[in-house]
Amino acid sequence: MTQTQAEIAPALARTRRAPRETLQELLPKIVLAPSFALILVFVYGFIVFTGFLSFSGSKLLPDFSTWVGFDNYVRLFRHPNWIVSLKNLAIFSVLYIVICSVIGLALAIFLDQKIRGEGLLRPIYLYPMALSFIVTGVAWKWFLDPGIGLEHAMHELGWDSFSFRWIKQGDMAIYTIVIAAIWQSSGFVMAMFLAGLRGVDNEIIKAAQIDGASTLTIYRRIIIPLMRPVFLSAFVVLAHLAIKSYDLVVAMTDGGPGTATWTPALFMTKFTFGRNEMGMGAASAIIMLMMIFAIIVPYLYSELGQKK
Amino acid sequence: MLRKLLIGTMLASSLVGYAATSFAAGGSVEVLHWWTSGGEAAALDVLKKKLESQGITWKDMPVAGGGGEQAMTALRARVTAGDPPTAVQALGFDITDWAKQGVVGDLGEVADKEGWDKVIPTALQNFAKYDGKWIAAPVNVHSTNWVWISKKALDAAGGKEPTNWDEFVAMLDKMKANGITPLAHGGQAWQDATLFDAVVLGLGTDFYKAAFIDLDPAALGGDKMVEAFDRMKKLRSYVDDDFSGRDWNLASAMVIQGKAGAQMMGDWAKGEFLKAGQKPGTDFVCIRFPGTQGAVTFNSDMFMMFKVGDDKKAAQLQMASDIESPDFQSSFNVVKGSVPARTDVPDTAFDDCGKKGIKDLAEANSSGKLFGSMAHGYAVPAAIKNAIYDVVTRHFNGDVDSKEAAKELVDAVAAAKG
Repeated sequence: MTQTQAEIAPALARTRRAPRETLQELLPKIVLAPSFALILVFVYGFIVFTGFLSFSGSKLLPDFSTWVGFDNYVRLFRHPNWIVSLKNLAIFSVLYIVICSVIGLALAIFLDQKIRGEGLLRPIYLYPMALSFIVTGVAWKWFLDPGIGLEHAMHELGWDSFSFRWIKQGDMAIYTIVIAAIWQSSGFVMAMFLAGLRGVDNEIIKAAQIDGASTLTIYRRIIIPLMRPVFLSAFVVLAHLAIKSYDLVVAMTDGGPGTATWTPALFMTKFTFGRNEMGMGAASAIIMLMMIFAIIVPYLYSELGQKK
Repeated sequence: MLRKLLIGTMLASSLVGYAATSFAAGGSVEVLHWWTSGGEAAALDVLKKKLESQGITWKDMPVAGGGGEQAMTALRARVTAGDPPTAVQALGFDITDWAKQGVVGDLGEVADKEGWDKVIPTALQNFAKYDGKWIAAPVNVHSTNWVWISKKALDAAGGKEPTNWDEFVAMLDKMKANGITPLAHGGQAWQDATLFDAVVLGLGTDFYKAAFIDLDPAALGGDKMVEAFDRMKKLRSYVDDDFSGRDWNLASAMVIQGKAGAQMMGDWAKGEFLKAGQKPGTDFVCIRFPGTQGAVTFNSDMFMMFKVGDDKKAAQLQMASDIESPDFQSSFNVVKGSVPARTDVPDTAFDDCGKKGIKDLAEANSSGKLFGSMAHGYAVPAAIKNAIYDVVTRHFNGDVDSKEAAKELVDAVAAAKG
């Protein structure tokens, strides 16, 4: 008896509620629903689709009539171009992340010294980020080309022994891509660090100054450790840019000389769309996804963990 | 006003319906292609004008990017969506691959009427027909085993056109001594492979056939292949150090400007020479790659026809018929630099190199020495072609030695067949 009453009461309350209130309650859900559905289909749906593709014998078009198990993955890891791509990714991402962070942090600390003209300097450093990687790539390609770029200019100026032809050398070409990528992203990392530096509580710094700590010690022992979350964010942003690196490579070397500057993303497009090997292309995409997961999941875990 | 518009539309659509039954004018064709650069676009305009004079609207769908990789990606999307264009520019095994998907049209009606079987070389028919049905209309034949030599540089190097490998090397040596880059070349995988095509063909037509058409592992990994790679290494020594990534037309420009002596490239390179106001015979010389006279490696641009609704079918057949008409074949190929895809077109409008191309093609066709070019997708499917590219380009850039390259070639081809 009491049970039924308890059930009826809220039901009555619901019917009595003004339609406007109901709308208010539903509105966020209605607004969010389309984007949620879109993301569900176009992001996660296609991830699943790619996963299926990687186990199928698809060549020119998706083909789910033949299943080949892990064959695509086996062929992938036996392919010399994939091994080259992984090596390049390792070189590129380590140098890119480390050097970008170091330069970004240094620039941020220098800008943080309350210098005059910060308002002018900051956008100058940040500006490369406004360019697309294609523009950066083409510009650096011309700049580094021995026939028309830096080397040529030095020869024109009379320095005939000057030689800088990394972009034409198979063993050095990947480093030219690192240089261009660092030029592009350092300013952005600087902005992140600068925001972090400004977020550090002034009281702590003043307390340290009263205790007689030098500026160097304050940065080394107090400010930088306090910026741990910023380092983590910078790392995640840079790492996923490194794994996805495609446009810069296409614009600068298109994988050359030979296959010296192939990256996993380049491998994926070339195999899927150029070589009619959609199954292998999908397998490489899944491997890339797993690499990104390996970075993002611990990050999310630590972020969510901190909130508790 | 609205009523007038309605009546007009009804009239127009009934007219189209009428035209469709009469197999002549009306309708429209949508054409996906990658002929966007100057000379190519001008050549395609010949076809466009011809169709427009017959009352067929031309809906242009250009997707730039030489080699058509982007175009094929765009095509995938259209076909998957169930709305393919009327005609698509396509090459070699791509056509066969699409035919296997069961999405291509049938040109039998017009091909039988005009007797394509008799006038188009069999080697081309292998690609333009699938399962006995005509599915594509060949526009032209490019041959790839050409060498373009600057006349001035050749005269300075003795003036004799080389006819075999040793004479070729001797000529390049003299050019080097004269202080120019002997061989203009661009370091892109397909260009490296174009050189490799000619070098392998130079070691014998049987060898070319065994290696690239039959994919015989004994030929792919044998001593002769090691020799082919050694010759590639030799050619590399005549190329300047900045070759990596250079486009083929920039390499042609080096020969035109006299900075380089010769270029090994298909006959599309001729367009660059002509555009620069040079004349065959007096400013530049065209010869077959030394040792390959009599044989031809070809690639052929074709318009692959897709399955379309009945309303578009008439225009599609008309387009195919126009492409194969002898006067179009002549006027198009004079502009494009290639030779006609049918063997009965008179060569009067062509220059000396074009005449030689037509003669060589007919000769190779009748002697059975007309082979599909590996580098341009007419010998093996895309996956195997690219596997060969990988090895050739890595060897050409000095990453592996010749013996290792031959061994890798066998493995790469086997893996890509997989």
